[in-house]
This record gives sequence, structure tokens and C-alpha cells, in this order.
Amino acid sequence: MLEALEGSAAVARAVARCRPGVVAAYPITPQTHIVENISKLVADGKLHTELVSVESEFSAASVALGASAAGSRAYTASSSQGILLMTEVLFNISGMRLPVVLTCANRAIGAPINIWNDHSDSMAVRDCGWIQLHCADNQEAVDTSIQAFRIAEAAELPVMVCMDGFVLTHTLETLEIPDQDMVDQYLPPFHFGRMLDPRNPLSLGTLVGPEYFSETRHLAHQALLDAASIIVDADRQWQELSGRSAGGLLTVEGPKDARIGVLAMGSLVSTFRAAMEGTQTSAPGRLINLRAFRPLPVDSLRQACDGLSDLVVVDRAISPGFGGVLGGEIRAALSGMTQAPRIHNVAIGLGGRDVPMEMWGRLLNVPAEDAGFRILDLEPAKLGDAS
Amino acid sequence: MIEVRIHGRGGQGNVVAAYLLATAAFETGRHCQAFPSFGAERRGAPVTAFVRIADHPIRRRCQVATPAFLVVQDAGLLHIPATLDGLIAGGGILVNSPRTSAELTQEYARPMTALPATALAQDILGRPVPNVALLSAFLALTGLMPAEALVKALAHRFKGDVLDRNTRLIEAVTHHVAAGAWKEIAHA
Repeated sequence: MLEALEGSAAVARAVARCRPGVVAAYPITPQTHIVENISKLVADGKLHTELVSVESEFSAASVALGASAAGSRAYTASSSQGILLMTEVLFNISGMRLPVVLTCANRAIGAPINIWNDHSDSMAVRDCGWIQLHCADNQEAVDTSIQAFRIAEAAELPVMVCMDGFVLTHTLETLEIPDQDMVDQYLPPFHFGRMLDPRNPLSLGTLVGPEYFSETRHLAHQALLDAASIIVDADRQWQELSGRSAGGLLTVEGPKDARIGVLAMGSLVSTFRAAMEGTQTSAPGRLINLRAFRPLPVDSLRQACDGLSDLVVVDRAISPGFGGVLGGEIRAALSGMTQAPRIHNVAIGLGGRDVPMEMWGRLLNVPAEDAGFRILDLEPAKLGDAS
Repeated sequence: MIEVRIHGRGGQGNVVAAYLLATAAFETGRHCQAFPSFGAERRGAPVTAFVRIADHPIRRRCQVATPAFLVVQDAGLLHIPATLDGLIAGGGILVNSPRTSAELTQEYARPMTALPATALAQDILGRPVPNVALLSAFLALTGLMPAEALVKALAHRFKGDVLDRNTRLIEAVTHHVAAGAWKEIAHA
């Protein structure tokens, strides 16, 4: 049944449908409404879970770690500086192969302080060993939240569901919350084979010296790579049940004969979809919606770029002194590909800067401008004497 | 697709107004989208919120730059140029003000419809929150949907005496504006 719901409320409802055993979180804009709504579901008796109000994000992640290790389905959520404060624990959660699910309500990182949306936070923890999935709209955020638990538990890896702060979290729109029976059918109760249990003692996260550390890293890398097929299966099976795909590893949209492609993640994809529908007159472009940032689906990316002369990679996070984070990754992924497209990299929409529909046409023109990495929606007049 | 921009100050229920209007549209079987553009989140600071209503799924997520309608909860914001920016030619402006429509129209040299929303809310709700009164006027002016859709949207948030008072406020407001005056804009 369709409902009109705010993104945060919808994700809270979707998480509740997954019957988490433990939820631990500390509020931070723009994640706050997700946790508020979960708290309300608990207070109203609609969700039976151990809700732990902690004093920091470090503790939120630590509680989720402990709960998961003890065999509970564990959930947390954060944004921006909160993700940074969790960072040490995020590495530990993946290192211990614990299937925690976290919603990252994507927000810029200060200084200067900025509460609005870009991808600096999830990019800053790019290498923490978590699966990272991006959502183009709130229906995808709902469906991906449910899929995340199934993926995490099948892969024994944590999953970060990235949804753009404000642009998705604070947008009320028409969407569908799947009913409990459907979610129960999709997501069986969590049974953790390596659960901490006094009757069957074992240790997690023990000291590993040079004799075995490389092997643990190899296994972690392999586990992330192997998760790609789990992500695809989880989405396919969800589609069979619900009738909706949330985008697999990536989606390719637009005319087959387009020579220029645009690759983006998150809610920008939704605006570009609208722009493509309305611009029969402008040059056609192919839209590549990268849902899985980790594991990075190199083979699928190469197939998605087949036939392109140029690919414009759109970043919402920059690595100062280098350029776009995603741009660097895609260059590496396509390096050595026969007939690889020329790759162009721009950043837009940093710190919540609005990205209008006209940006689609502007991006398709980037190859003709033949310039290096730049912030495409920069307003040079505002640089003043600093330039 | 109809695009509406709501201007007000933190504490006036701008985001709630956007959510209510979108939810009312949903109650009549339409697709909807509503979202805020917060400034610094503090009482009294200018806040903008956006609403889109359509018969098809709404994918664009950019802010509303060229609205067909403006709902202004604090007439003081009319002095900020950005408030009136981008309104389509012939678009409707609804302003919360104790002054008359003619006075506002003359002062700002463009057609405006005034509603003493704060006073009406104070009388009936006992609170000076203008958002529901303005939404009721907006629905009456545009004929986009019946007032019952707004009552349904409110029923998701309120019950009992608060819902009753809001329902009375919605009914009272419909006599203050020219029903259907903006019908052509809404169906353009």
C-alpha cells in the first residue's frame, strides 16, 4: 500500500520490519529523525528491541558491535562527524566480520561546519571494510535497508546504507512500506555461527602478528569481492517478492547509442532521471547509477561503459590535493580496458548546494570542455581575494 | 506538475505545512513530494519549504526555483528579494497579513492575496500558528482538492480537540478568500 512518508520515518519503519534485536544510536543532523522514529515505534509498543541511548557515536557503534557478536541483529545510524567518531569501531566491526547495518545520512564534514548533504562522510570511511550501498530515492532507501540485513548476514560483513541527508531523509514522498509477512519471508531470524557464548567459548578481535595479518587482510578483501554476487542475489530475490529492484550493483539507463555517459551515486541519480525524461531535444546521455561503491563492481562498470567515448564521473566528495574520490576510483577500475572511454571528473552539490535539472545538460557538455578535475558549480566571484 | 514554495520563519510550522499539503494531495490519489531548505535551524530565522504535486512519480530533487504559487507565512519576508524570485508569470501569492489584498498588491506592485491567518488561528486554535489557515485558503483558491483532504492529512498528526479546532479553522477560512480564483493557474 502506498503511503506519503518522510524518508527518515520510512527507513525507521523498514528497519523495524527487520526485527532488530538491538538498536543503538546517538542523534546528529540529518540522521536524527531516523532514530527518533525508531524510538517512537519502541515507545508505542510497535517494535520490540533493545534500544540503547548512548553518550556518543563511538559507543553507538561499540554497542552494535557487541550486540552483533552476541548474536543479535544490530542496527545503528549516523552522519558526518558522527561517522568519523565511529571510525575506529567501524574497522573493528568489519575486521570481526560482524553483520551490523548502519544508515549513513550523508552529510558534509567541517570545518567550516555544514549540516547539509554531500558524500564526504561515507567516503572518509571508504577503506573500513564495509559494504557501501547508495540510494537514489526513498523507496530505494526502504528496500535497501531491508536488503542490507540479508546481505550482511549472508556475507558476514557490515553494510552501510548511504542516503543523502535532507534531500532524502527530510523529503516526504509517495512510497511503499512492505508488509511484515513479506519481510519475514525475505529475512529469516538471525542465527550467528560465531556467536559469543559462554558454553562455547571463543575470542574475537585477538592480537594477530605478522605471521597471519596479511592472510586476514586477504580474506577481508576476498569477502568484500565475494559480496558482489550476494548483493545481486539479494536484490533479485527482493524483486521477485516485492516487484521492485533497488538497483543491484549498478544500473544503466538512457539510450543504447549514447556516446557520453554520466556516472553518479545517490539522490542526484533521481534528478538526472527526471532530466533525461524531459530533454528529448538535448544530446542524449547514458546514466550509470552506481549503487555499490564497496565492493566496487569493476566488471559491471566496464560493461556499463561499453560503447562510450566519454564518461563524466560526478563526485560529491573531494580529496584535497587529488580531486574527486569517485573519479579516481573509476579511472582505476577502467584502467587497461580496451576502448575505455575518456574519463572526466567533476564535483557538484558539495555541502548541500542545490543541483538543478539543467545540470544534466551541463554534465553532458563537460567532455567538450576538455578540462581537468574541477568543482563544476563553483561560483568564482565568491572566492574574493582568496583566489 | 504543480510546484509550491512556502516561506516563513522557524517556529511557524513551514515544514509541517509542506508535509500537510503534500499529504493532502496524496489523500486525493496524487503523487507528492515535500522537503525543507533549512537555514540555521533556529526560531525566527527564514525557512523555505517546497511542495510538488503530480499525477506521476516525482523524481527531481532540486529545490523549487519557479513555483506557480508562493505561500508567505510572515509578510516581513516580502522585503527579502529571494522570497518572490522565480514565481511563474501569473502565479499566485498568498500572504499571512492583517492588511487587505489591495493594500499588499499596491505596495509590492504585483497581485497578492492576503489572509489574517495568525489572527484566525489565535481565535480558533488559541495559538498564533498560521500554517493550517493558509493551507485551507490555498486549497480554496486553487480548487486543487477539497478541504476534507487537508483534514485527513491533519488526522495523521492530531486527534481530539486539536483536530476539531483545526477542522473548524479550515472551514472558517474558506469564507475569507475567493473560491476558485486561482483555478486557471492550478490547471495550466
